[in-house]
Amino acid sequence: MSRKRSIEEINEKIRSGKAVVLTAEQVSAMGKELTPAEITRRVDVVTTATFGPMCSSGAFINFGHSSPPMRMERLTLNNVPAYGGVAAVDAYIGATETAMPYDSYGGAHVIEDLIAGKDILLQATAKGTDCYPRTEIKTFVNKNSVNEFIMFNPRNAYQNYNVAVNSTSKLKFTYMGTLLPLFGNANFSTSGELSPLLNDPDLRTIGIGTRIFFGGTTGYVAWNGTQFNTGKPMNVSGVPVGNAATLALIGDAKQMSTRFIKAVYYEKYGVSMFVGIGIPVPVIDEDMAHRLTIRNSQIQTNIIDYGSGNFEVLGQTDYESLFSGEIILEGKKIRTAPLSSVKVAREIAEILKNEITEGRFLLTEPVALFPKTSGLNKLEIRI
Amino acid sequence: MTSKRFVLTFPPESTGEPITYNLIKRFDIMVNIVKADVSPGKIGRLVMEMTAPAKVLKEGMAYIRQQNVECEPIEKKIHCNEELCIHCGACSAVCFAGALKMNRQTAELVFEPEKCVICELCLKSCPLNLFSIDID
Ligand code: SF4
Ligand code: SF4
Repeated sequence: MSRKRSIEEINEKIRSGKAVVLTAEQVSAMGKELTPAEITRRVDVVTTATFGPMCSSGAFINFGHSSPPMRMERLTLNNVPAYGGVAAVDAYIGATETAMPYDSYGGAHVIEDLIAGKDILLQATAKGTDCYPRTEIKTFVNKNSVNEFIMFNPRNAYQNYNVAVNSTSKLKFTYMGTLLPLFGNANFSTSGELSPLLNDPDLRTIGIGTRIFFGGTTGYVAWNGTQFNTGKPMNVSGVPVGNAATLALIGDAKQMSTRFIKAVYYEKYGVSMFVGIGIPVPVIDEDMAHRLTIRNSQIQTNIIDYGSGNFEVLGQTDYESLFSGEIILEGKKIRTAPLSSVKVAREIAEILKNEITEGRFLLTEPVALFPKTSGLNKLEIRI
Repeated sequence: MTSKRFVLTFPPESTGEPITYNLIKRFDIMVNIVKADVSPGKIGRLVMEMTAPAKVLKEGMAYIRQQNVECEPIEKKIHCNEELCIHCGACSAVCFAGALKMNRQTAELVFEPEKCVICELCLKSCPLNLFSIDID
């Protein structure tokens, strides 16, 4: 009978420098030879990671009060609009917001520039009140001048994602990259067997309060992400086919690194942000060990037509094929390309592995587990 | 096979000889017109890519010049700022020439400029805008 190991027991081993930590890729390879029981005996923690474009990202900033003070209403950072409807000098800058008409510079670039320590031009206006008389401000801010600079991403780390193809005769520029006409290519965007939520598909160890690697520093899982959906069909290996669970993440952006937070621009789509995430999964029992051995060949996803506008599901494939450079759809070979960086994801998994092995990063028991949900609401047009 | 781009400049009194047709038919050169600005009675310009073995390309150029049309190769190279590359792979999605490929083992982008046919699709596909055209 499998013995359940507590997080505290694992942390005790980490503190004494005796924990055995491997990356998810290493454990997937190990799973070809060892049984889950053997892996449970040998391995304490497995590190997972991803580094891909995640649009639903942004940061809260508190600028500090000027003299005389101001209750900022409309504001921009390097001409990119930020949301000022949260108290006097708090704002939220969304990664995908852009400095129209220059739509290749956006919120993600502001965030990356702030992380890099650069000065950012803050401009704000307000009607002025008795307690906040100032009506206009124009000044420079940087990460040392502001009080807080907190990254809060409502939806990151998608558990699995679609493969995009284009059935039309026109070249399409999408958030899934450039899609060549007539099924000329197929683009995908997860780190496969290294991806966090595919290694704990039932979300047994990842929940609210889980400590993670986030953009180069320590962060936390704040909540389930938006569009969180645990109702997706599971394949025989117990992982969802297509995009399912998501995470809302929080962390101190002042401590982050531009190596793991990168602003990007997709032609004719707009700005997004690459976010580096690493999540340690404790090997609490044999079931968990078994889940962690998941391999690219055991993870399926849907092939979706991003060209026609109706997002029709055209077929399924697995990550083994996707990473091989070629998939087959209706008998026809299609070249594949990734959009998320497995190279940097591996780097994150290694960093986290070293942090834990050397006793600097302890694991957390989730404060609360995520709810089970079924399906997503559609936006009805009711006028 | 060599792919090269050329600017063809037609004099106003151009002979009306079907040059591109002949390049294809007689020389078996693959012709791809990139840009055309030709109207009767004016100096016309055509930018086109020709693909053929190097020797055949030379013969094609000589033929064009015989028609009293200037033919200048565009010496261009695609440059990738590899130091800033995050190895996402988005550029490899559009590179049909196989100059941009992902190495399966290292998950790194491998750029082989000698395979590049200057289709320029990677320019708009890199989310970090790392590609540029070097003109010699
Ligand atoms: S210009 Fe075209 S052929 Fe050359 S590297 Fe870019 S995509 Fe490949
Ligand atoms: S698209 Fe740009 S960043 Fe991505 S692999 Fe190609 S060159 Fe590197």
